[in-house]
Amino acid sequence: MANNVTLTPQQIIRKKAQGEPIYPDETVHENRHIIAVLVENTIGALNRVINLFSARGFNLESVAVGETDDPSVSRMTIVTTGDDRIIAQVNRQLERLVDVLESVDLTEHEYVERELCLLKVNYTSDNRSELMDTLEIFRGKVVDVTAETMTFELTGPTKKLNAFIGMMRAHDIVEIARSGRVAMRRSLQFGD
Amino acid sequence: MYPFFRSALVACGIPPATDAARLGSPSNAESNSMRVPDMKSEDDAKTDAMPETTGDGMSEVQASVRATLRMSGAEIFLRSLEAEGVEIVFGHPGGAVIKVYDEMARINPKFEHILVRHEQGGTHAAEGYAKATGKVGTVLVTSGPGATNTVTGIADAYLDSVPIVVFTGQVPTALIGNDAFQECDTIGITRSITKHSFLVRDVRDMAKTVKQAYHIARTGRPGPVVVDLPKDVLLAETEFEYPDEIDLRGYTPPRVSEDRPIRRAAEMIAAAQKPLLYVGGGTVNSDASEFLTAIARKARIPVTTTLHGLGAFPEDDELSLGMLGMHGTWCANMAVQNADLIIAVGARFDDRVTGKLDSWAPHAKIIHIDIDPSCISKNVYVDCAIVGDVRNVLERLVKLVDECGTNDWLRQIKAWRDECPLSFEGTDGRLRAQYVIQKIREKTQGDAVVITDVGQHQMWTAQYFQFLHPRSHITSGGLGTMGFCLPAAMGAAFGLRGTGKTIVSISGDGGFVMNAQELSVCAAHKLPIKVVVINNNFLGMVRQWQELFHDNRFSHTDLKSTNPDFVKLAEAHHCVGLRATKPEEVAGVLDEAWKINDRPVLMDFQVIKEEMVFPMVPAGASTGEMITKRLTPNAFV
Repeated sequence: MANNVTLTPQQIIRKKAQGEPIYPDETVHENRHIIAVLVENTIGALNRVINLFSARGFNLESVAVGETDDPSVSRMTIVTTGDDRIIAQVNRQLERLVDVLESVDLTEHEYVERELCLLKVNYTSDNRSELMDTLEIFRGKVVDVTAETMTFELTGPTKKLNAFIGMMRAHDIVEIARSGRVAMRRSLQFGD
Repeated sequence: MYPFFRSALVACGIPPATDAARLGSPSNAESNSMRVPDMKSEDDAKTDAMPETTGDGMSEVQASVRATLRMSGAEIFLRSLEAEGVEIVFGHPGGAVIKVYDEMARINPKFEHILVRHEQGGTHAAEGYAKATGKVGTVLVTSGPGATNTVTGIADAYLDSVPIVVFTGQVPTALIGNDAFQECDTIGITRSITKHSFLVRDVRDMAKTVKQAYHIARTGRPGPVVVDLPKDVLLAETEFEYPDEIDLRGYTPPRVSEDRPIRRAAEMIAAAQKPLLYVGGGTVNSDASEFLTAIARKARIPVTTTLHGLGAFPEDDELSLGMLGMHGTWCANMAVQNADLIIAVGARFDDRVTGKLDSWAPHAKIIHIDIDPSCISKNVYVDCAIVGDVRNVLERLVKLVDECGTNDWLRQIKAWRDECPLSFEGTDGRLRAQYVIQKIREKTQGDAVVITDVGQHQMWTAQYFQFLHPRSHITSGGLGTMGFCLPAAMGAAFGLRGTGKTIVSISGDGGFVMNAQELSVCAAHKLPIKVVVINNNFLGMVRQWQELFHDNRFSHTDLKSTNPDFVKLAEAHHCVGLRATKPEEVAGVLDEAWKINDRPVLMDFQVIKEEMVFPMVPAGASTGEMITKRLTPNAFV
């Protein structure tokens, strides 16, 4: 209906049958969406949300759950991928659950997102300074060190973490542990 | 003066300071009901001694304070069901719920408990009751195997949007997770097939949970709710207070939609040349049949219904096209493929209706009226979505629609109807299911409540019966559960007792055997159900697919060697059994069956096995590619 909504395959066929033109930005493509969900802090509420994704075949990239200031409410941050129709279904099915108090798709809004990464590398005296320099460029911290390995901690937007891990791939990575993404809407005070 | 003041505090329900400290936990302090301190102390001795010095009024108040009842969780459960207005519970006792049954015998609650012989039968009975009456069905089973036996019924209720609440027992909370006797993770097993589920961990939550369960089951898009009751919670004691209000902050079902989409829908209807109403089960759930009929007749729009929508619009009206979809009529499917506006009322665009989505209704704009926002644009893109209660929306829409110029369209539809009417061979002297169904229709004049099982007979009933009233057709649509029919008929019969409606249950030989044990329950309660068994000694629908798509390899669909003698089976269950093998015998058997009114009558109609349900849209094919007759007509004759 609106001009910036992508079309479903069925709509494309219908448009072709009626001889209407199809614009390039209307063809289906997949997006990554990040959804913040407030759920009741009861046993089984988290389970129900995860089950929703597996039962309906939605793509679940990452989940991060934690408490909020209200002890009866938990906050989940879910990252999922799909085309517009699937994302609309994900949002509506989440809101349909009785345990879900509120569900906000943050992707359309301005938001802050952070992710944490712990990365353990093997080092030698040759590449030690190179590793430390890279770490300082990314403003990370060393949290563990032994004679052969170092463990780095890095927090930041997912793009920054991906870049850092990409840089580290040139070296001997032992282990990576990433938490899920956590996101929150920005309270905009200033414009452009 | 000081002892008098303390006793006055006790009489007002405010415990003296020392007692409050002993009582401790916050919920005690918050509760409104009068609290009796349960530990004897010198303060109690003082208040006991008070009556003589403070006068008669004070002593009566003190007596009532001490008389506040503490009930067991089981009794609270039963009193909550009474407060909720429950009339019938279908259940089967067991170790985990034995306290409930004990309290039931002791207090004799206002509702009736029906002992079923299989928990699956009980769940289907609750579904039949809910569909026939519009109220919420209730099931009570024990833990472990009792709960797992209800899973099929719960899944069926979930897919067909039937409001039922299933109370399952559970092992004591301390033993949960220990692989105890008759333990299973009921909440985990039923998580994806329930609208919501509860595990009652504290007896003080019992009444509130019962109220919330019924609220969730009946509001919004109805669905099944499971409540797990551990045994120690049923034995623990507290006061009973049935809450007045629901407190579910995550659940606000939409009720009233805005005006703008309704006006837009009215504009689209006025502009349409070839409109079509596609009516589903939501219309029946919402009791919107009169407004639907008003809109259809006022604007002269033809109506086609899904399996669950049958009866929402009277099928003897000239605007009725019958059922659409995989086994729908030729004219209904052709109307869908050629319509330019489809108004979907309480329907969900199931794959049995649409066939291949890409080529379904290629020329139509779509208006979708539904109470469930997650149903909109799930399979099929809709141009105008109205989220709200169907009855409320139609009530507002009927004022805005006017007659649109549909005469040419109606003429075209009549041409399709004449081109390929529903028909079957009637002259070779062999008994066919379609003939039996037509004879039943004649006998009841469309005034019965018909419950069907799953298979060819289900499709023939939907095609040939011509339903006139809502809630007169009850079947298992979304899940297609064989064995649904007899227990659902039992539930419907319980719900419609005293209304004088005839209950006809039509099943095949395959599905009937699956839950035949409920026949003796029907006989014991004197339910006059007419049980029709369409017996072709085959799993008919599977046989049809094997003939059409799998080169007649009839793999394990022949039931002749494993079918019981149905007449003897009926007599063994204290019912009457009758049989007909030829078309001439059918009328006589029906007459005899309709005379019996104090127990079920089973009629075994032995029909030929080679019949097929036509028209058929093969699975995955486009709706326009219907098969209307057998390609080699003389096969198997």
